[in-house]
Formats: sequence, C-alpha cells, structure tokens
Amino acid sequence: MTVKQLSVFAQNKPGRLSALTGLLAQKGVNIRAISVADTKDFGILRLIVSDTDSALSVLKDNAVVTVTNVLAVIAEDKPGGMAKMMQTLYESNISVEYMYSAFLNPSESNACLILRVDNNEDAVEALTAAGYKLLSQEDMAKI
Amino acid sequence: MAKYWNEDIETMDYESMKALQSERLVRQVRHVYDHVPYYRKLMDEKGVSPDDIKGVDDLYKLPFLSKADLRDNYPDGLLAVPKSECVRIHATSGTTGKRAIAFYTAKDIDIWDNCVARAITAAGGTKEDVVHIAYGYGLFTGGLGLHGGSHKVGCLTLPVSSGNTERQIQFMQDLKSTILCCTPSYAAYIGETIADMGLSPDDLTLKAGIFGAEPWTEEMRQSIERSLGIKAYDIYGLTETSGPGVAFECECQNGMHINEDNFIAEIIDPDTGEVLPEGSKGELVFTSITKEAFPLLRYRTRDICILTRGKCACGRTLVKMTKPMGRSDDMLIIKGVNVFPSQIETVLLRDFGATPNYQIIVDRVGTTDTFEIKVELSDDMFGDTIKTIEALEKKLSADIQQILGIRAKISLVEPKSIPRSEGKAVRVIDKRKLV
Repeated sequence: MTVKQLSVFAQNKPGRLSALTGLLAQKGVNIRAISVADTKDFGILRLIVSDTDSALSVLKDNAVVTVTNVLAVIAEDKPGGMAKMMQTLYESNISVEYMYSAFLNPSESNACLILRVDNNEDAVEALTAAGYKLLSQEDMAKI
Repeated sequence: MAKYWNEDIETMDYESMKALQSERLVRQVRHVYDHVPYYRKLMDEKGVSPDDIKGVDDLYKLPFLSKADLRDNYPDGLLAVPKSECVRIHATSGTTGKRAIAFYTAKDIDIWDNCVARAITAAGGTKEDVVHIAYGYGLFTGGLGLHGGSHKVGCLTLPVSSGNTERQIQFMQDLKSTILCCTPSYAAYIGETIADMGLSPDDLTLKAGIFGAEPWTEEMRQSIERSLGIKAYDIYGLTETSGPGVAFECECQNGMHINEDNFIAEIIDPDTGEVLPEGSKGELVFTSITKEAFPLLRYRTRDICILTRGKCACGRTLVKMTKPMGRSDDMLIIKGVNVFPSQIETVLLRDFGATPNYQIIVDRVGTTDTFEIKVELSDDMFGDTIKTIEALEKKLSADIQQILGIRAKISLVEPKSIPRSEGKAVRVIDKRKLV
C-alpha cells in the first residue's frame, strides 16, 4: 500500500512557495504532508494532498512536477518509536532515501511518517510483518 | 637587434606587394581549380575560370567560402595535395559537424613558422630570448604555432603548455623566460598568481608577451603589462588559414600587420558580400595564396574589423587590421575557445532527447570569462530527488566540457523562467564589454 506524492522543482527565489501553495489553495486542495529539500540553487517541494489529481493538474501548468509512490506509516509517538521502525527496515536491507512527517495524528499516541525507500514492495512487507499500519491514499484524505 | 624578420617583405612598397600577391593568386587559383573538385564546382557555378583571374583586382570574381563549406567537406574534401605530401593537421574546437581540419605540407609549416617569427621579432624577440609557451599544445594551433615561430627565430623554446600556473612561474624564474606566449586571460591569471605568491614583476625576467586566440581590451592590455612588467602584443590567426601569425602587432600597438604576402585580406559587407573600400568596417575575408595543402580562397572569417594601409611608424608597410570588433555570426569566444550555440543544442538534444529552452550567459569577472548555461527543466527530466538533479547537472557539464573543452556552470531552472523576446527565448547574453 503506497500513497502518491507530488514533487515540485522550485528555484530559490522569493515568492515561489507562496505561489505554489497559493495554487493549491485556489483549488481547495488540502496539504496533508509537506517538506522542502533545499540546495544552493533550487529546492524540491514534496507534498501529499487530499486530491492528487486536481493538485497535479494545476501545478503542471506552472511548474515541473513528478509523481512518486511513497509509504505513509503509523509510528508510535514515544522514545524509541523511530529507532524501532528504522531497525525493522535496516534488518530487511531497505534504504531510506528521505522521510518527513505528515500533519495528521491518527491518535494521541501515534504519528504518521512519510518514507521514500529504495524498494516499496519489500518495505511494505517488512513493516506489515512487524505490525506497522500503513495508510492508503483514502486514509490520507480522510484522517 | 633585428627589427624585422623578413625586411624586404615587411617593408615592401604597395605596388611590389600587389604584384607579388597577383602572381601568387593566379598560381593558387589554378592549383585549387585543378586539384579540388569542390572548388572547381563552385567556380564553374559562378562562371569563373582560372583564366579570368589575372591578379588581385580580379579577386572579387571568385566565390566565397564559409565554415559551412568546410563542414560539408569534412574531413579532407578541400585537400589540394595528396595526403602523403602532408605532415600535420590542426583542428578547431567543436563537434565533428563544426570542426574544421586544416592540413599542412612541410612548406606550409615553414611559411607559418616564418609568419610567427615575424611576430616574435616585432615583439623584440631574437635568438637570445627564452620563449615561454603557455598556449595549449595539440590540435589547437596556439601551442605548436608559437613553438614553430620561436624555433625559427632560434629562441630557447619552453613548451610548457597551459595549466599548473605555479610551475609556470617556477620555470619563468629558473630558466629566465623573457617572452610569454598564451591567451590574454591566462596571462592575466599568471599576473594575479604572481602577486598572490608574494612576487613582483621584478622577480621575473619577462620583457614581452604575445597574446591571442581570444578578444581582449586595451584596459586588459594595460593591466597585464603592469602585472607582469612587460609590453603586451596582440596576435591574430585562425586554424582555417594556418593559425596564429596571420597578423601581428608591432611596437606601435595600434593594429595588427597582416602577412599579406601569404594572405590577401578583404573587407566585405556581411549581408551583400560587396567588397568595401579601405577604412570601412566589415567582415574580414582571407585568401591564402601560398598554402599548398589547404588553400582557402575568399574565406569568410565572420570577424568584423577595419583595414588600414599606409606606412606604420615601425616602418612596416603590411596592411593593418584592427582588433576584431565583433562577429557576423553567433559564435562566441569563451576562454579562448570558439563556441557556437548549436554545439550546446547538440549536447542538450543528446542528453534529453529534445531541445529544452536554454540560455548561455557569458561574463568576465576580473580577467576571467565565466560561462553559464541555464536549462529549463521539464517534467520528464525531473526525478524527485536532489541527487538525480545533481547527476543531470553533472552529466550535462561533463558532456559540454567534452565537446567544447571548457567547463560551463549548468543551472537547471523552472519552465518559462528564461526571458522570451517575440516568443523566442534569448539564447545568448554576453555581458563582457570587449569592444
């Protein structure tokens, strides 16, 4: 089970994030998770949204966008919660390319992490076997 | 100290020079017509036969030759002697499509060496001098061209080639170099490095520099002269006609004397091809009248300049050309290398399978050219992670370097961020003020 992430190429210049998120606001698209990776000259804005299709259609006309399948995993929000998940992935020989957290809290004691790994299938299998719950696209829109 | 290398030629009166040129031209036209089918075809098409060319005054009747003709005849379609008579080639930088290969017989090399010897002599060089050559050696004509001229004069020749600047300076000190030959930007860089090393021009024995292969300003000349404690001389040439030494500067430093016993110069209107009178600004056209292997008749250099005749204060009567004031095509000279936007398009097309919008930005910081290529990214070039974008930049940069021989900073930018003019992207922004 994976969710669709939109990645937007953005040059480092004032007003770029404002313009891009403004487009989503106009379309009534809600942002469920967001991160910005930056380098000297450009950044990559990564988003998981309530309505991927309409976000994609509005962004496509204004920016370079690509869609990637990533994992949305429920982690325990307590000391050692992250370490345990990373160990599960490490033991299954899965590399994490990047990760960030989503804005949604399925419950008081849980957090939602977005993971981009080198092998989605193996990661889903390993995490599920270790008892982790993964969220679907619908869950991301609903919760 | 000898003032001239070939005094009789360099100070010849105009009528005698014209007679010499005419005699050589008539012979040359016959030579190419008989040995190069392509020329024969061009001349037949224009309805000109070798018999119509009786002297310099008939030159205008001949068809022009351009880089496109060289490209169409790559690699050896314009060769006028059997390959077994040739002893060397040189080539311009660029892709196969744009590269011009020039062939030389032993006599061609000898004439070229003599042309360069005149330049070295005009810069005050004699066999007592130590000539330090920091032009690149190889297919580029700079290194071996100056090398040959220096040998001819009998100077101790240091074939240092370019790069490793501190080692260059070490050699200059240890071997007491007196004449430096390189591109003006490299000369400026050597000057800066000397200062950075805590040395002054007094720590060196340089007295003159012969600099060419790229445009440079009068301000740059003064700055190089100060930083190295030398007198700086300009030299002009192009691979298609031989290499450096087609024209050279004398101590007057106000224009370059063309070795017109070997190269007849004309100035034309680049749009109409009409020959313009002396003193007019236009495109420089050369006819090589002594070359055996690769003789070009009325070759359009695309360099814009002015020719002036009249005895120079140095005593030479050879016609003088100004520094090139621009180009009549889209070629850029960056760090001494000829760059055509189409070469960059070739790389982009190969790496992306399509030509994205791009822009070349050239500037000069201090005395060094900067070269940036902005490329508009498209969805299928973008791969979500920073490392894929950086890998793309790296690949482009490597491919550009492979084709052009110089590095460019690659900047991937957002779509539609490159300014358009009348719907077309502005391809080149040259911020250098060279003329």
